[in-house]
Amino acid sequence: MHQTPPLLQLQQVDVRHAARGKASASDGRSQRAGNDGNYALQQIDIVVEEGEQVAIIGPSGAGKTTLLHTLACAHQPVNGTLKIDGADVWDLSNSDRHRLRRTLFLAPQTPPLPPRQRVITSVLAGKLPSWSFTTALKNLIKPTDPKAAYVALSRFDLEDKLYAHVDELSGGERQRCGLARLLLSDARLLLVDEPLSALDPRLAIQTLTSLQTEAQQRNASLICSLHQVDLARSHFKRIIGLRDGKIYFDSRQVTDEMIDNLYKNARDDAPVIEPVNLRVAIDSNPRCF
Amino acid sequence: MSDHSAPPSPAALRDPSWRGRLVSSILFLVLLWPTLEVTEFKPWELIDAQSLSATGRFLANFFPPTHNPEFLSIVLRATWQTVAMATTGITLSILLAIPMTLIVNEQLSISRIGTQRMAWTAYVMRQGIRWLLVLLRSVPELVWALIFVRVMGLGPAAGVLAITLTYSGMLGKVYAEIIESTDTHASTVLLQNGSSRLAAFLYGTLPNATPELISYTIYRWECAIRGSVVMGFVGAGGLGQRMDESLKMLAGGEVSTILLVFVLLVSVADSLSQFFRRNLK
Repeated sequence: MHQTPPLLQLQQVDVRHAARGKASASDGRSQRAGNDGNYALQQIDIVVEEGEQVAIIGPSGAGKTTLLHTLACAHQPVNGTLKIDGADVWDLSNSDRHRLRRTLFLAPQTPPLPPRQRVITSVLAGKLPSWSFTTALKNLIKPTDPKAAYVALSRFDLEDKLYAHVDELSGGERQRCGLARLLLSDARLLLVDEPLSALDPRLAIQTLTSLQTEAQQRNASLICSLHQVDLARSHFKRIIGLRDGKIYFDSRQVTDEMIDNLYKNARDDAPVIEPVNLRVAIDSNPRCF
Repeated sequence: MSDHSAPPSPAALRDPSWRGRLVSSILFLVLLWPTLEVTEFKPWELIDAQSLSATGRFLANFFPPTHNPEFLSIVLRATWQTVAMATTGITLSILLAIPMTLIVNEQLSISRIGTQRMAWTAYVMRQGIRWLLVLLRSVPELVWALIFVRVMGLGPAAGVLAITLTYSGMLGKVYAEIIESTDTHASTVLLQNGSSRLAAFLYGTLPNATPELISYTIYRWECAIRGSVVMGFVGAGGLGQRMDESLKMLAGGEVSTILLVFVLLVSVADSLSQFFRRNLK
């Protein structure tokens, strides 16, 4: 009984694998029993209310990233509907959908920071959707709001890197820098893909707490994929378990048994470095010809 | 649990693309042969005694380079004209190329996010500009220069316009390719989060692409200087016209002075490019 429609609603959504090269299409990931291999996600039903915080867990290749991309209108489902604020996203015109994207913030697993850029510019880029082109241009010449960037970075212990270049940061610092950008956006739907994968246990807790506090303060929904099951259970009321592209459980009372079953017989030889990361690692080297 | 100790099956180790690689290499070599035939490429003719002495006599003409102050001041003025022509031409072509690059570039397509399909209007526009770029650069600058010399009379203005048109086609194409080959992660994520195309370009694409864009532009400036020589031959002014006159008078010394100036200009372009690549942060 909702007076207003829920912020986010997925109904019977199937998603195909993102178009990749032929070689990687046959790499066998998520082509196991229970999944015909064509779909990265199958029959997904999720409703997320405004201000709700959800963790997504599941073995590697289960479709966590695809799910987040689908929620971010970055993947079009082949079947089913995605509704944000009650509006069917893929029924909108291109420009309306793009305007809708301003209300969400997708923080990918690999921080999307150009290596040559300065940290302050990368962080302030969180404001780009709300900026006019002239403001964006001015900000490249002289940062328009260094204080906001400083505050955001200090939430992640990075304030001394304000004027550093991204390529001077360590992996964990880059990851937090990418999350600091989130603080500067005014999105109501925060989609964060494995924000803690490069952080030590102490920083992981601090970072997750920062994210959750921020979401709470602006009454935004936070959907966060995690590999740290303990952190997911201690910090999130609602946990979605994803396996082979299907929802395994979506529960507020997750038991040890549910977790065990979720990961049971999951392939343990999933690549340690996911292909995406590998590609970025190669690309970040300066090319020359 | 998969068993790590089991030997891998031959199928798992097979490289799926080696055959194609071999076939295309052989095909390429086979196709290369007729081109050698057509171009009558016989390098050994270079070193028989007759052509060696002919070459020697021709080259002796070039030494020593003319260096009387009168000629040097003429060369200096012509050099300045050439540099100005190349620089103006390149600047104008950059201004023309940038908007075309932005239109051609598929990474900045918003309709493509999530669907992998472009809106057809956007597709038609991209293809249209692509064809325009092909047209602009497929007409040699010499032809443009001949046309503009007719229209505007002798002088560097015709050369500037010729450079502008041809080079905007080249710059537009290569800019687009440089941008397409840089990592798209940053700009794609900015677009996914609702940024405008231009903002995503400035904040996501440009930081990675800048060094190559700059070094390619400087290389093109270098080419424009050389290109302006050819255009000088049809009366578009600058060092080329000077060289044309010297060649017609069979004044080898003058030609070699002008050639030395070219060497100097190209090395300046080279060190400029190196400087930018090293210091751009």
